[in-house]
Amino acid sequence: MWQIALVLVIYLPLVIVAGHYLYQVTMQQKTWLDPVMNRVDNIIYKFCGIKQVDMTGKQYVIALILSNAIMIFIGYLILRIQSTLFLNPNDIDNMEATLSFNTIISFMTNTNLQHYSGESGLSYLAQMLVITFMMFTSAATGYVACMAFCRRLVAKSDTIGNFFVDFVRVITRLLIPLSFIVALILVAQGSPQTLKGNETVHTIEGKMQDIALGPIASLESIKHIGTNGGGFNGANSSTPFENPTVISNIVEMLSMMLLPGACVVTFGLMVAKRRQKTLFGKQGLVIFAAMSILLLIGLVTCYIAESAGNPIINNLGISQDIGSMEGKEMRFGIPQSVLFTVVTTAFTTGSINNMHDSLTPLGGMVPMFNMMLNVVFGGKGVGLMNMMMYVMLTIFIACLMIGRTPQFLGKKIEEKEMKLIALCILIHPALILLFSALAVATTAGIAGITNPGAHGLSQVLYEYASSSANNGSGFEGLADNSPFWNMTTGFAMFFGRYLSIIIQLAIASLLAKKLWHSDSVGTLKTDNPMFTFLLIAIVLMIGALTFLPALALGPITEHLQIRS
Amino acid sequence: METVTKKSFINRDIMKSSILGAFKKLNPLYMIKNPVMFVVEVGFVFVVLLTIFPNMMGDVTEESARLYNAIVAFILFITILFANFAESIAEGRGKAQVQSLKKTKTVTEACVLLADGTQVKKQADELKKGDIVLVQAGEVIPNDGEVIDGIATVDESAITGESAPVVKERGGDFSSVTGGTTVTSDWLEIEITSLPGESFLDKMIALIEGASRKKTPNEIALNTLLVSLTIIFLLVVVTLYPMTTYLQVHIPIATLVALIVCLIPTTIGGLLSAIGIAGMDRVTQFNVIAMSGKAVESCGDVDTLILDKTGTITYGNRFASEFLPIQGVGKKELIRAAWLSSLTDDTPEGKSILALASQLDVDSTDEKKIIDTSEHIAFSAYTRMSGLDMKDGTKIRKGAYDSIKNKSVNAGYEVPKDLESLVHQVSSLGGTPLVVMKNEKILGVIYLKDIVKPGLKERFEKLRSMGIKTIMCTGDNPLTAATIAKESGVDSFIAESKPEDKIKVIKDEQSQGKIVAMTGDGTNDAPALAQANVGLAMNSGTNAAKEAANMVDLDSNPTKIIEVVEIGKQLLMTRGALTTFSIANDVAKYFAIIPAMLMVAVPEMSALNIMQLNSPTSAIISALIFNAVIIPLLIPIAMRGVKYEPMSASKLLRRNLLVYGLGGIIAPFIGIKLIDLMSGPILNLMGL
Repeated sequence: MWQIALVLVIYLPLVIVAGHYLYQVTMQQKTWLDPVMNRVDNIIYKFCGIKQVDMTGKQYVIALILSNAIMIFIGYLILRIQSTLFLNPNDIDNMEATLSFNTIISFMTNTNLQHYSGESGLSYLAQMLVITFMMFTSAATGYVACMAFCRRLVAKSDTIGNFFVDFVRVITRLLIPLSFIVALILVAQGSPQTLKGNETVHTIEGKMQDIALGPIASLESIKHIGTNGGGFNGANSSTPFENPTVISNIVEMLSMMLLPGACVVTFGLMVAKRRQKTLFGKQGLVIFAAMSILLLIGLVTCYIAESAGNPIINNLGISQDIGSMEGKEMRFGIPQSVLFTVVTTAFTTGSINNMHDSLTPLGGMVPMFNMMLNVVFGGKGVGLMNMMMYVMLTIFIACLMIGRTPQFLGKKIEEKEMKLIALCILIHPALILLFSALAVATTAGIAGITNPGAHGLSQVLYEYASSSANNGSGFEGLADNSPFWNMTTGFAMFFGRYLSIIIQLAIASLLAKKLWHSDSVGTLKTDNPMFTFLLIAIVLMIGALTFLPALALGPITEHLQIRS
Repeated sequence: METVTKKSFINRDIMKSSILGAFKKLNPLYMIKNPVMFVVEVGFVFVVLLTIFPNMMGDVTEESARLYNAIVAFILFITILFANFAESIAEGRGKAQVQSLKKTKTVTEACVLLADGTQVKKQADELKKGDIVLVQAGEVIPNDGEVIDGIATVDESAITGESAPVVKERGGDFSSVTGGTTVTSDWLEIEITSLPGESFLDKMIALIEGASRKKTPNEIALNTLLVSLTIIFLLVVVTLYPMTTYLQVHIPIATLVALIVCLIPTTIGGLLSAIGIAGMDRVTQFNVIAMSGKAVESCGDVDTLILDKTGTITYGNRFASEFLPIQGVGKKELIRAAWLSSLTDDTPEGKSILALASQLDVDSTDEKKIIDTSEHIAFSAYTRMSGLDMKDGTKIRKGAYDSIKNKSVNAGYEVPKDLESLVHQVSSLGGTPLVVMKNEKILGVIYLKDIVKPGLKERFEKLRSMGIKTIMCTGDNPLTAATIAKESGVDSFIAESKPEDKIKVIKDEQSQGKIVAMTGDGTNDAPALAQANVGLAMNSGTNAAKEAANMVDLDSNPTKIIEVVEIGKQLLMTRGALTTFSIANDVAKYFAIIPAMLMVAVPEMSALNIMQLNSPTSAIISALIFNAVIIPLLIPIAMRGVKYEPMSASKLLRRNLLVYGLGGIIAPFIGIKLIDLMSGPILNLMGL
């Protein structure tokens, strides 16, 4: 348990520092990297012909979507013809059409759901030019969307910020420096970083085995910094090369927790009045607290469930004293595995250091639930935006309860905004439930399910929750590389990502154009513990109640069955 | 006012028409306007079909299924009726009001004065704008207009409910008359100012009738939320079906329909329009006509109240508060003289002088005798003084400083040296000085003070705790204004204000992001009323003011703006409270239904049956009955609005969360358990 506490204690100061730095980057303030990076930026601006003019919300979204579309197109092409291109020492074949579709959507949407195995499905060129490249650009996309969103909440005009400038700055000021540092630490811990082909070695059993090598450390660092999650190897961060030691495990966890949390701090600083810009903006703290509490609830549940072990295995005579170790790495044990599981799903990274399919039913429900909520910090930037939808919903109901028309940061939430908020909250459960229902109702879907009964349903729910939340972790065990699964999860990822971003930015644009109203004792306080409590209640009421019947059929049934 | 709010919100007539209305509203074309309840209706039709053809979906095996379906269908039907009933009651109350208003619109003929002086009888609805009509005592004024000649008392009880007649005359703030009111004495010549069918009364009727149809912006926003919740829960249950099929868990279709109905926010969905109608209705019962529901909603948001001093905060300069004798005159003498001067005076000022005098132990010998034998000298605009001539020849007068002074000087007296300073002292405090003289000799000054209306200080206090700032506007000098401001407890004031100043204050406040409300009556208030977010015009005021405002107070009581603000808040609060309650209810319903639904297939689920409900069937039926019954139980809250006491937002939120949030979670646990205790054995007997 102290291992978990240790990580959380280190996390707090880190996230505050990162939040302040992110604030400087967002608000175009001076940063210590400016002397070097300003030059790099200017070269990029000149080379790409980027004019640094402010954009309206609509222009911003269009720029975002188009640039993503172009990257998708190029990436798809590379995957389809990778065998004929260079840097392919292991002679990997071209990727099949639906799998390419799934993969490219997966990486562009920051999901990084992998229906392929990295070591056997991708050339080094594809690993670097598609996978690692998109890990930067998709993370940057999510964050600039959030920047545009937050700016509009505090701005008095809708014309503010330039997508391309934001995009470049986030990569040069944030992602590249951070992932560089993390990559070095990982190399120090033993992760390979090489362009050499696989090694074939004699094992102690006297057999021959291929050892997958490659530019692993660099991918690994941005995989977590950018809350991406797609591993170099199929077994992701449970493999010794991706995640060699307990220290690398902690570094990877902190990496993925850093920026989503920092986004909240940045937001808090943006909305705080000038004098109140202390460590945390008050408003940011309220949201950060709500997210933290939801995280801790999940963490404790998962830890208890995993520590309790599996009674059926116990009955087989395999001791469960140290908890349910099935599918976990001995070097991580229960605490480090549980924390990784909860963190990777809460922060929607999707890398794994243990087999989620092997978690106990309730232990496995926690990651699923994190993704279903999609607001427990969530992905970089987008998690905050998702939470803001709930914040506005909470404000809507709470304001009514005190007899005011709903207002957030001085802007009224009215019919149009409410429609969009409602739609945005609706998208996520709709994608998960509709696709899950489709999967269990069609032969093509059922073909992929490898477990009978309740656990099979859990696999399906998990897969779509992971897709729609742009998480990317798999319950695994699902035979998911089939046209049906490739296509449906592809669509879930696509709509889960872009519909949400478009709608959220539209809401921000609407609010930016509104008249500002002042606060008084009569207006709702949105920066006190009461609001944190209320926000959690609304997230659980709306977010959780939606999935309860499905969860009752899946993990809860399974839990009750193995315990009786 | 007080009695109105306490009146029962329902009577037999409304009950009867509401029950009828509840059935009429079953029409799907009508129901579709309320998507939440429409879903219930579709579910109902579906379950009815399942009752008739139990094998329709091919999922039935048991004999009892038909009976079960029938019970579910019946409860769904009741649920819809309850919701319709709530709406009908709210409408019924409005309708009753419209009916009584329409009764006053029974003028048939009007006497039109032509330019040459001849009189012509015309049908009331043929009157054109600009026509001049003569209305005699006992006749009804045919349409809204402006008095151009004559002076008469008018009974306006038809629209204001105030039985005391009002004097109407040419010019000033009392020149506008409303169609449908009755002239009770003398006659008036009126120039008609509105077209037939567009009179104030017509607008009022249209507003009250229209209240049920036009949704306010916030209501639409809330409705959007409810619809999306409905869609979410529809998705939840619809997708549950293939999942259970995959797991080979058999769940009857009727149970799934029951689950949908229990989860979607039927409680608030069924009461939402009733809350809105009832809110508007409460405003009308306060004798305030709101031009739109939006106006009432924005009342809840008011940050700044701009109030006129005279009439709103104070009664006007009327009450004697001190007797100030000049040098050389005994206080007793002055008091006695002042008392004598007011003995036959019926004005409020006169009465207040008597009251103050007797408080100060005036020498009141021969009171009756003096009254009987003396001659009363009434106040006139020409003399500007009043008093009485006693039988013994003593003449007592009180009046304006100038007039009394002149009279005294003319009679050969010198003006006392300290008189002017006394008069100045009084007026600098914002009071009105009345000078008293006995047989042309000046004795002293009566200080008539502007009295702050009782209870206002506490109300402003409450407003402050609600975060509402009050600004007093007055034409008085800064010193006076400061005195009254301090006494009444307003937050700030503007002295020596001109009408333009009001607009400036409003604009200033608005530029700071405040929502501003104000009251006004005169023509020169019209621009300010239009500029304010909430403008409450007095019915006694000019038509220009009424047109510019978004609310009109029929009683012309400017203090009422405070009540209207509270009603606005209450309206929003009621919506919020019941929405929270409705959503919170889902927790208990889940605990009742989910285990019940799955228990047959997964016996271990009984661990989640924490309410220990009798049987799966009983659990589902109980949850469904609770869901239906809670609607009529909440109708009183929907009609009256949740209890509201001014307090800070945080306190208010905490209180409402406890009552409606926590209450909303706990109440259904108890309710469902109780219903289960009753329905369980009955269902057992029926073989379910």
